[in-house]
Amino acid sequence: MARPENTLAFDGGWEYDPAPEATDHVHIAARYGLFIDGEFVRPATGRYFDTINPATEERLARIARAGTEDVDKAVAAARKAYSGVWGRMKPAERGKYIFRIARMIQERAREFAAVESLDGGKPIRESRDVDVPLAAAHFFYYAGWADKLGYAFPGRSVKPLGVAGQVIPWNFPLLMAAWKLAPALACGNTVVLKPAETTPLTALKLAEVIADAGLPPGVVNIVTGAGDTGAAIVEHPGVNKIAFTGSTEVGKIIQRALAGTNKSYTLELGGKAANIVFADAAIDQAVEGIVNGIFFNQGHVCCAGSRLFVQESVADEVVAKLKDRMETLIVGDPLDKNTDIGAINSKMQLDKIEEYLKVGQAEGGTLHQAGGRVPKKGYWCRPAFFTGVSQSNRVVQEEIFGPVLAIQTFRTFDEALEKANNTPYGLSGGVWTDKGAKIFRMTQGVRAGVVWANTFNKFDPTSPFGGYKESGLGREGGLHGLDAYLKPGA
Amino acid sequence: MNATAIDKRTPDLSRVPAVDEVGVNERVARFQSRSIKTASKIEALKLALSMIDLTTLEGQDTPGKVRQLCQKAMHLHDAMPDLPHVAAVCVYPNMVGVAKSALEGSGIHVASVATAFPSGMSSLEVKLDDTRMAVEAGADEIDMVISRGAFLAGDHAYVFDEIAAVKEACGDAHLKVILETGELRTLDRVRRASVLAMHAGADFIKTSTGKIQPAATMQVTLVMLQAIRDFFAETGRMIGMKPAGGISNAKLAIHYLVMLRETLGNAWMTPEWFRFGASSLANDVLMQLEKQATGAYQSADYFSKD
Amino acid sequence: MAGAADRIPVAKTYKIYIDGKFPRTESGRYFALEDKKGRVLANVCRSSRKDFRNAVVAARKAQPGWAKASAYLRGQILYRIAEMLEGRREQFIAELKLQGSPARQAEKETDAAIDRLIYFAGWADKYQQVFSAVNPVSSSHFNFSVLEPTGVVALLAPDEPGLLGLVANLAPAIAGGNTVVLLASEAKPLSAVSFAEVLHASDVPPGVVNILTGYRNELTSHFASHMDVNAIVACEGGRKARREIQTLAAENVKRVVFRRGTDWTTADAANPYLIRDTQEVKTTWHPIGV
Repeated sequence: MARPENTLAFDGGWEYDPAPEATDHVHIAARYGLFIDGEFVRPATGRYFDTINPATEERLARIARAGTEDVDKAVAAARKAYSGVWGRMKPAERGKYIFRIARMIQERAREFAAVESLDGGKPIRESRDVDVPLAAAHFFYYAGWADKLGYAFPGRSVKPLGVAGQVIPWNFPLLMAAWKLAPALACGNTVVLKPAETTPLTALKLAEVIADAGLPPGVVNIVTGAGDTGAAIVEHPGVNKIAFTGSTEVGKIIQRALAGTNKSYTLELGGKAANIVFADAAIDQAVEGIVNGIFFNQGHVCCAGSRLFVQESVADEVVAKLKDRMETLIVGDPLDKNTDIGAINSKMQLDKIEEYLKVGQAEGGTLHQAGGRVPKKGYWCRPAFFTGVSQSNRVVQEEIFGPVLAIQTFRTFDEALEKANNTPYGLSGGVWTDKGAKIFRMTQGVRAGVVWANTFNKFDPTSPFGGYKESGLGREGGLHGLDAYLKPGA
Repeated sequence: MNATAIDKRTPDLSRVPAVDEVGVNERVARFQSRSIKTASKIEALKLALSMIDLTTLEGQDTPGKVRQLCQKAMHLHDAMPDLPHVAAVCVYPNMVGVAKSALEGSGIHVASVATAFPSGMSSLEVKLDDTRMAVEAGADEIDMVISRGAFLAGDHAYVFDEIAAVKEACGDAHLKVILETGELRTLDRVRRASVLAMHAGADFIKTSTGKIQPAATMQVTLVMLQAIRDFFAETGRMIGMKPAGGISNAKLAIHYLVMLRETLGNAWMTPEWFRFGASSLANDVLMQLEKQATGAYQSADYFSKD
Repeated sequence: MAGAADRIPVAKTYKIYIDGKFPRTESGRYFALEDKKGRVLANVCRSSRKDFRNAVVAARKAQPGWAKASAYLRGQILYRIAEMLEGRREQFIAELKLQGSPARQAEKETDAAIDRLIYFAGWADKYQQVFSAVNPVSSSHFNFSVLEPTGVVALLAPDEPGLLGLVANLAPAIAGGNTVVLLASEAKPLSAVSFAEVLHASDVPPGVVNILTGYRNELTSHFASHMDVNAIVACEGGRKARREIQTLAAENVKRVVFRRGTDWTTADAANPYLIRDTQEVKTTWHPIGV
């Protein structure tokens, strides 16, 4: 398709004025303790760290740094609550508590959304329309399972594991807390949860909700800190199960650390998903899917469609349309309702992304980055993609975890499938074609836990999520998400 | 614009890309989630006013009614300074002369529906006569309907030839081709009909007559805008877009403008390339402008109906 | 003593089974399997890491085809294995006895192994229906989750019961479309090799099942560390072995299943959850629209 001279203009002209989300309803304390045994307590370490707003680099609050003594206390509280109350409670009553949490998240949705965007940098449109509603829905979904577990395991009786240690990432702070807590609690376990170091606030707000909901003390304990706090939970002898979401690198460390123990574990790790566009696809919707696949949440998504494969005959067209679409993505203030791409979560992550932008070019890739200005303060990365790269490039092989797409072309179905699977990862994949039979051949062929056909980056509490190969083991969400928190036995 | 020669043959519609309805709905939801405030809102409201084809297409239309509408077109709300006028007044062919003289010197175009509007169920001769009559009476723009029956039956060549013939009959008048998307039903057909109409010589493509439900939706408009974009990429020719029917409030009109901006860019953000076919939109836009100026929500009683 | 025998019996050479063939171990090393009185029953292949490597290559090559075989066909083939085993029932009983099993136990075990194959043959086209799901998502999408084989499974078979233990763990893995590299019981390796002969006669495609004999303590680390193995099922091994297995398995995030301490002769040791242990859940989304 001839295009070069006939280009569209997206700069100048009618622009959208800032439409900032009000934050007058948001209360963030100057300092947060650890939520142990039903109350906020000072850390035994006496130490605190800052959580900052990545859009302004300003401090939002001081957060307690939990040490081993604090983790001991949290595990002891969880054990006591498990043996004394939660493990013995009538399942239907357990469910009612979890329903209550769901409802209270809905009531405080605006506050949760604003805090999520302040602390993590994601656009308010996403925290408002995706993260927070899905978190509430997740509690709602699993609440109903509490008294129906027998129906989920035909021919087998099941019982809870005990105390679950859960370590979650910074890309979907509240939603990941919901993914971890809801099934664990519904199945009768008690929990020690550690939010990510850069995004602890919504988990601490959730602790307030949990306290307000009247959950018995110790059923949920939230300890903040860095990697060493997470390690203390993983290695704690009083924990029966570890659920981790994060990098493959750390996932392997955890799997090793748990070797020789009787702890069960589920790991939700990295990815480098192939998003495959055939020439017969609904091209405009495919372009939209490419955008959702890689630019959603600044690309801080383990299942991001970070490797795009386009059939050669439509490659120029798709790339041209993608460029146009990228010019309409608004990068900036996460609290602005019109922002499409917010702040990169941390300085460290920004450095990593920028390093990959350099590496990709040094390896011979052609970088295209959308135009537009970004604020002076804060951590920003305009949406970008590489062309002229192949399977052997680092930007194609490694998880960048930012708004950076690697584009390759293919000629035949078999070539696309082979390239798609030519990776140690296997979390997700995407396929775009108008032909039904081809969809199923591809969705069956891609070795990944979630495959989106003619859509991408969709999530639902009823839908299991998790990886093949080095993208992890076990599933979260849906009926299959129950497995992670139960074992056989009466 | 380096327009290349247009291939005057029926385009190969099998090469038109497929459209996924759910994906279109999701994209439209994104446009609707844009929050347009303060100065950008005022700018959008005024732009929307300037893009309106103020329309009356009733069997009960009379010269008196049409003259009232033309008066409204020229004086939207004189209490408010710096208002643009609408783009055109849209009437039946036998009212073109009345509108033409009423709008004399205003810069507002007269648009006329033609070709056995709204059903299009007549012979080509009658349709061409209908068109010529409107043009001779002074119509600047002709809004024709395609033969949906022939299109649905797969006779694309018939539809193509008919549009090409009407285009010829239009002379200097601009041709808007109404697809009547409510009868085409699927977005795939909307996209194909758009391509067909543009190749046949349409200056504008238009969603609906307003006589069939559903009339304009953001979904069909998006698909048509994307067809326009692809046609532009292929030929360098800009084609205008006119959603018509059902766009009755300012908020929705702003959503359309967001969609226009993010699909075709700034070049299309003028009455030359985008129109709203609407009868009651203007007053809601005016009420919103007044609200922006005064801070108070408005009553319809303070704005003339026509 | 009797006089000169009319005929000297032909002794069987016990070899290993890789890619549908019966090679000797490339190591050229053997261990002597003795009966209780210290008499040598057979020289058994002491498989090396290279034998294991070759077996994994064969298993990887065979895996996509086996996974693509219809569930019905996999069930038929499992049933065929049972038929072949039934036909050689007396041989297997004799072999178990030779390796030290009491007569009654050898019979019961052989019968149970046949029945266990039939049990899993029946599951081949049913477990999917029990464990898959249609997920009622809130958006306009059709969403379903199905099981898919995890890929290549390394299986450390239990020492006891030598035949039934092997069958009880192998059958669910292959019923689910995985291919397997199996290390036989050290106590009853002869049954494993003879079982390979049964497999060979049962329409099991080459490479789907590969059976090695040898020393577990020599091979476990290779089973656990191989980067092209997707899951390891260990039916033997104490805390130390479990630690080693999982530590090495982490290098490619292998699925690790420990099944030590299961009494494979009991009825509840046969269930479809054994199939599910080496399955992945794949969820597919597609819009619903016109």
